[in-house]
Amino acid sequence: MPQTRRDMLIDPMVDNNPITLQVLGICSALAVTSSLQVALVMSIAVTFVTAFSSMFISMMRNHIPGSIRIIVQMVVIASLVILVDQILKAYAFEISKTLSVFVGLIITNCIVMGRAEAFAMKNPPVDSFIDGVGNGLGYGLILMMVGVIRELFGSGSLFGVTILETVNNGGWYVPNGLLLLPPSAFFIIGLIIWGFRAWKPDQVEEREYKIQTVEAH
Amino acid sequence: MSEDNKKPEPKGAIGRFLASPPDSVGKTLFTAVSVCLVASMVVSAAAVALRPTQAVNALKDKQVNILQVAGIFDPQKDVLESFAAFEPRVLELATGKFTDQFDAATFDDRAAADDPATSVALDDDPAGIVRQGKFVTVYLLRDDAGGVDKVIMPLHGYGLWSTLYGFIAVEENGNDIFGLQFYEHAETPGLGAEVDNPRWKAQWAGKALRDDAGVLKINVAKSVSSAGPDHHIDALAGATLTSNGVDNLVRFWMGEEGYAPFLENLKAGGV
Repeated sequence: MPQTRRDMLIDPMVDNNPITLQVLGICSALAVTSSLQVALVMSIAVTFVTAFSSMFISMMRNHIPGSIRIIVQMVVIASLVILVDQILKAYAFEISKTLSVFVGLIITNCIVMGRAEAFAMKNPPVDSFIDGVGNGLGYGLILMMVGVIRELFGSGSLFGVTILETVNNGGWYVPNGLLLLPPSAFFIIGLIIWGFRAWKPDQVEEREYKIQTVEAH
Repeated sequence: MSEDNKKPEPKGAIGRFLASPPDSVGKTLFTAVSVCLVASMVVSAAAVALRPTQAVNALKDKQVNILQVAGIFDPQKDVLESFAAFEPRVLELATGKFTDQFDAATFDDRAAADDPATSVALDDDPAGIVRQGKFVTVYLLRDDAGGVDKVIMPLHGYGLWSTLYGFIAVEENGNDIFGLQFYEHAETPGLGAEVDNPRWKAQWAGKALRDDAGVLKINVAKSVSSAGPDHHIDALAGATLTSNGVDNLVRFWMGEEGYAPFLENLKAGGV
């Protein structure tokens, strides 16, 4: 458990990353990472929702009845998501069209709900806000890493700016079409998890089984 | 909302209520109602405050779609500047002739379709639109000699979940389709929403609305009908109801109650 507020912000980046350690929020990571711009907007939206929902839920935590606490959390999260959706429609129309249902699906992002239930219900508002920002940024970090690989090698560009001139446009680079399809994000996230756990071996989970050795007679 | 935490002694009826355990029935109801009230106020305030900006975006998006369906969209150029290539005209559907009763730049098709004075309730309503406006805005694209090159006509109708709003671009002969594109719908992503798929949309180019005898033959179906491949659009896999909706709405708008009189005039060169 992180002790200082600085830890609360930094810890979810690598040591307790919601995607690589807790393996939450994978669905949206598959859907929105084929272009960096969209991934960035999604990261900001999730950070905003996680931070503010944690803060508001934490403010009310002593008054939320246990029997309806999940519903109350959902109402807060859903309202914030609708707010984000409306703002995107007003100020980033193209991106909101690309994100389409995925903005709405932030409601079902396990990271938001997980932080509300695991952290905000037991901690004061400022700490919860920082924890929400940290987890949103941890999610965003992985999204950006996946996005860089997918956009660079899938379409030869970063943030829409051409880096590798593709053959279709008269260049030399043959883009990897697989990287534009959602399953490729699975492979990349898998490789990132592998990398993180090779770097920090204490993230490796204990096996739930043990291979038995059978004595030969 | 948590000020009462700091108070050592709850005072008065409200103070005692707030300090009561959160699991009591009264407190549960109070929390549920107040959270819902606050949340709904925030959401509706945001929706109302941002609506004008969203409307501007929606208009720009519509113009981009008109440019795309006409095949002259250039992302490098300013939308308004490119859009100036079109000549918007208000069309009276029943006669198929343009009218100067309204200003084409400000005429609102959707508002007109809701107004009983400028619309009719449909008895036979295959497109599922309930009321049809008597007037619509069409966009003419002229060639260098000043003749009509393409006509972009709005159409809409019900799919599976939603009304699909789109444009169809037809060549100057009033029969050959140049393209079809929807700019607003809420069909299932991955299935019905594939109406936006460029490969599916590309099928419309070059198809003929009517056969030589002038009978409306255009058809969205799973297999090629007796009308032949010139009038056939492959239906979307896994989206039968959306495909049927598109079929119905295109046939309705291209038919006698839709643009047929106008297309006749166009073919006769009277535009």
